[in-house]
Amino acid sequence: MPSPRSRPIHPWPLRLMHWLNALAILTMIGSGWQIYNAAPIFPFSFPTSITIGQWLGAAIAWHLAAMWLLVLNGIAYLAWGVVSGHFRRKLVPPTPRALWRDAMLALRLRLDHRHGVYNAVQRALYLGVIALGVLAVLSGLAVWKPVQLWWLSDVFGGFRASRVVHFLAMAGIVGFLAVHLALVALVPRVLWPMIGGGAAAEDVP
Amino acid sequence: MNKLSERRALLGRALAFGALGALTGCDYDHPHHPDLADRALRAMSSWNDRVQAALFDPATLAPTYRPDQITRPPRFNAYYDLDQVRVVDGASWKLDLFGAVAEKRPWRLTELRAAPQENQITRLICVEGWRVIGQWGGVPLHWFLRRIGADLRARYVSVRCADGYYSSIDMASALHPQTILALDFLGRPLTPPFGFPVRLRIPTKLGFKNPKSLVALGVTNVDPGGYWEDQGYNWFSGS
Repeated sequence: MPSPRSRPIHPWPLRLMHWLNALAILTMIGSGWQIYNAAPIFPFSFPTSITIGQWLGAAIAWHLAAMWLLVLNGIAYLAWGVVSGHFRRKLVPPTPRALWRDAMLALRLRLDHRHGVYNAVQRALYLGVIALGVLAVLSGLAVWKPVQLWWLSDVFGGFRASRVVHFLAMAGIVGFLAVHLALVALVPRVLWPMIGGGAAAEDVP
Repeated sequence: MNKLSERRALLGRALAFGALGALTGCDYDHPHHPDLADRALRAMSSWNDRVQAALFDPATLAPTYRPDQITRPPRFNAYYDLDQVRVVDGASWKLDLFGAVAEKRPWRLTELRAAPQENQITRLICVEGWRVIGQWGGVPLHWFLRRIGADLRARYVSVRCADGYYSSIDMASALHPQTILALDFLGRPLTPPFGFPVRLRIPTKLGFKNPKSLVALGVTNVDPGGYWEDQGYNWFSGS
């Protein structure tokens, strides 16, 4: 056993950025649904009881305010993840074999949770949602600035295609949130370390 | 759907987003009685105005399209329904000029027709998220502003409309080569629903910054706001 150095499972910068991101992403999704409702691209609208901003102008104001929190916090997270070694230590892309093995275990509810160590399914989900976040920001910029950022708009295939990509990125993030929250509900003891930091039972090499 | 009635229908509806819901409870409902969230959102919107002004490149043109890409039939949109469109008499119509302008003599439609004309097939993106492609023709605003001796160092170009609508744009966008005082739409003179006799056409901004049926145009350093802008839409609203 390694020496029992007291080291939090989630260091404070990660906890702070996690909750700032939660605030930003929920505001972006809620206000985004209200904006979507003004000109739906699919044959449905979101119930206004779960949207943010009571009319289009308010929803846009929330969306274009929260985007700064989302983007600045996201950049801080990516920079911290690289500099601190967090990505290198904890978010190594899983091999397909490891992902398959852990996914099968997870579906049979036999996947053990070890505090401070991400299994292959977790790593795939976290890397996936980071990629979706980047995609949501870039496609959102393309929707916001299709003239000044015409090259970005072209990357996504124009204004209307950018809206579709932006929507699908949101849908993917909402799907992640559903799994993320379901797992927290199944294993509630993982919640506290994200608030108070927690102490790793065994040190992580 | 009529924007005003849509908005009214949404007023007073409870939000179910916990703490966020409490924060957003009063957002932008009463523009003259802002709560804390409103003040924060206004401050962020002003910040976004500055960011967009910095991002605006006078040399970047809005994309242009082929005639076969034009949206037909064209889509009407206003803060009222089609049957409430105000019909302007072209013969007696004049464009009043105000503010930092050397020659304040009003302009008649025939004089605008005799001015240099610019044609464009461009995209109009509505703040609601839909877009249409149309063909507009008319007098480049940069030519008009120079012709009337406008102070081109002033910050705003302000316009007022026959239906009570009003709006304003920044001088840099006003001087953009694709910003025109449109007289024609789809190769013919504008019809009342689309802004007869003159519409400000600016493809580098959202649709609501393209006011129809202008009756007055001025240049000023005092923020003139706008019909939707004063209710909370972002003022710059550049594309």
